[in-house]
Amino acid sequence: MNLYEQQLSNRRKTWLIVITFVAFLFVLGLGFDTFYIGAAGGVVPVGSLVALALGSVSALAGYYGGDRAVLLASHAQPMADVMASAGDSDKLKLRQLENVVDEMAIAAGLPRPALYVIPDSDPNAFATGRGPDHASIAITRGLLDVLNREELQGVVAHEMSHVRNLDIRLMTIVAALAGAVALLSEWGRLSMRWGTPRRRDDDGDRGGGVLGIVVFVLWLIAIVLAPLIAQALAMMVSRRREYLADASGAELTRNPGGLASALEKIDAAVAPTELINRGAAHMCIADPLGRQMNLREGFLSDLFASHPPMAARIAALKEMAFQGGGVS
Amino acid sequence: MFGLLLLGIVVLLVVWGIASYNRLITMRNQTLNGWKQIDVQLKRRHDLIPNLVNAVKGSMDFERDTLTAVMEARAKAQTATGPADAAQKEGQLSQALGRLFALAENYPTLKSNDNVKMLQEELSATENKVGFARQFYNDIATKFNTAQQVFPTNIFAGTLGFKPSELFEITSEADRAVPTVDLSRHA
Repeated sequence: MNLYEQQLSNRRKTWLIVITFVAFLFVLGLGFDTFYIGAAGGVVPVGSLVALALGSVSALAGYYGGDRAVLLASHAQPMADVMASAGDSDKLKLRQLENVVDEMAIAAGLPRPALYVIPDSDPNAFATGRGPDHASIAITRGLLDVLNREELQGVVAHEMSHVRNLDIRLMTIVAALAGAVALLSEWGRLSMRWGTPRRRDDDGDRGGGVLGIVVFVLWLIAIVLAPLIAQALAMMVSRRREYLADASGAELTRNPGGLASALEKIDAAVAPTELINRGAAHMCIADPLGRQMNLREGFLSDLFASHPPMAARIAALKEMAFQGGGVS
Repeated sequence: MFGLLLLGIVVLLVVWGIASYNRLITMRNQTLNGWKQIDVQLKRRHDLIPNLVNAVKGSMDFERDTLTAVMEARAKAQTATGPADAAQKEGQLSQALGRLFALAENYPTLKSNDNVKMLQEELSATENKVGFARQFYNDIATKFNTAQQVFPTNIFAGTLGFKPSELFEITSEADRAVPTVDLSRHA
């Protein structure tokens, strides 16, 4: 896949996910209308309308504000703030990070993304935003501490590739909508606990009654399974992407060895990244939760692991370096 | 019927012609912009050098020759004309800087000086930026050149005044070896 195809595919998938999300909410609302309002004899489809409005608003909010929400949730601090309160030797390190980001922005021919530091000692990083003109890169303090300049450059190049091929747009919207689904499903379950829906007393419509029950059961299953499906979706969109971003990152630095050795260091740090929560896991360069599932390849891993096995990624990068991919 | 077909073909050709022309213009502007970015970074490097020389002058008084060599190489690089000339003179400047940093190794006060360390980081970053700006320029200029040379665009690209852009090449063996400006590596 070339860059243009990647961008096109990401644009399409973003639309697909937004439409699926709104449609899903509509179905939830429709169910609410049929089983609660409809039973009471109402004619106005309140549930459907509210669900449709809610879906559209949260999709828009996710598109325009998803990056800020993700950054806020992971306690990311803007570079300017961190720099202002840093000591002299720390300033050197931070300035180095700024320079490395500038270098990679130049190499990719993109504007410089906003830069954030997450006060967490586990090495990790992610990029978010809705496109190259509205992009942010967040790096944990731990990453800054363990990596040397060359390795830092590799990681930033990896993130810059996510920015360039619009992965960030898709992953941010997935993060925002998966969060919304989880929240709504929780509400759905609570409302079910409080009130049992009334059945129609219309005996003349028995066939419709059976169908109604089937639809009602499907509706319940949808509510219960929604967060799980949303989670699997988030995982699926991120797995192949990491290999791609590794490769195009190496193309930017012309130095696959830098990223390979950075990944080795990140892999060696076993502690989970506490400040990055589950919702943003699929956006990170390495799984912040440190799950076992990521070690394996196969169907189940494709469904539920957010990241490809680190060893395979490192091996692929080393092979690139061996083939002379580092010499332009 | 035949006339309609002919009209259709002519319209298609005109649309294609306009699209190709606009694409070439866009690419030419991108290439020019890529070229400007290199200049921006080179200018920055030239601006940083006097600061560095001033910061180390006190401690490295014995190495007056090296410092003068750096300043002379900088002056030459600033007056370079054309890409080939610039590439060669910037290469010489890099070498002069490399020698300066190698000598600075012998001065522990310099190695531990935060100001010097910061300047060194800025200079090596600028050096990288020059390199990456060139890399980006080469990539985009290659695309521009290819777009001009493929059939059938090549039929009219020349007549409309599009010229292939010159690529950066590493001219001499000495320039190929980029000097490392990393004090900590040897320590």
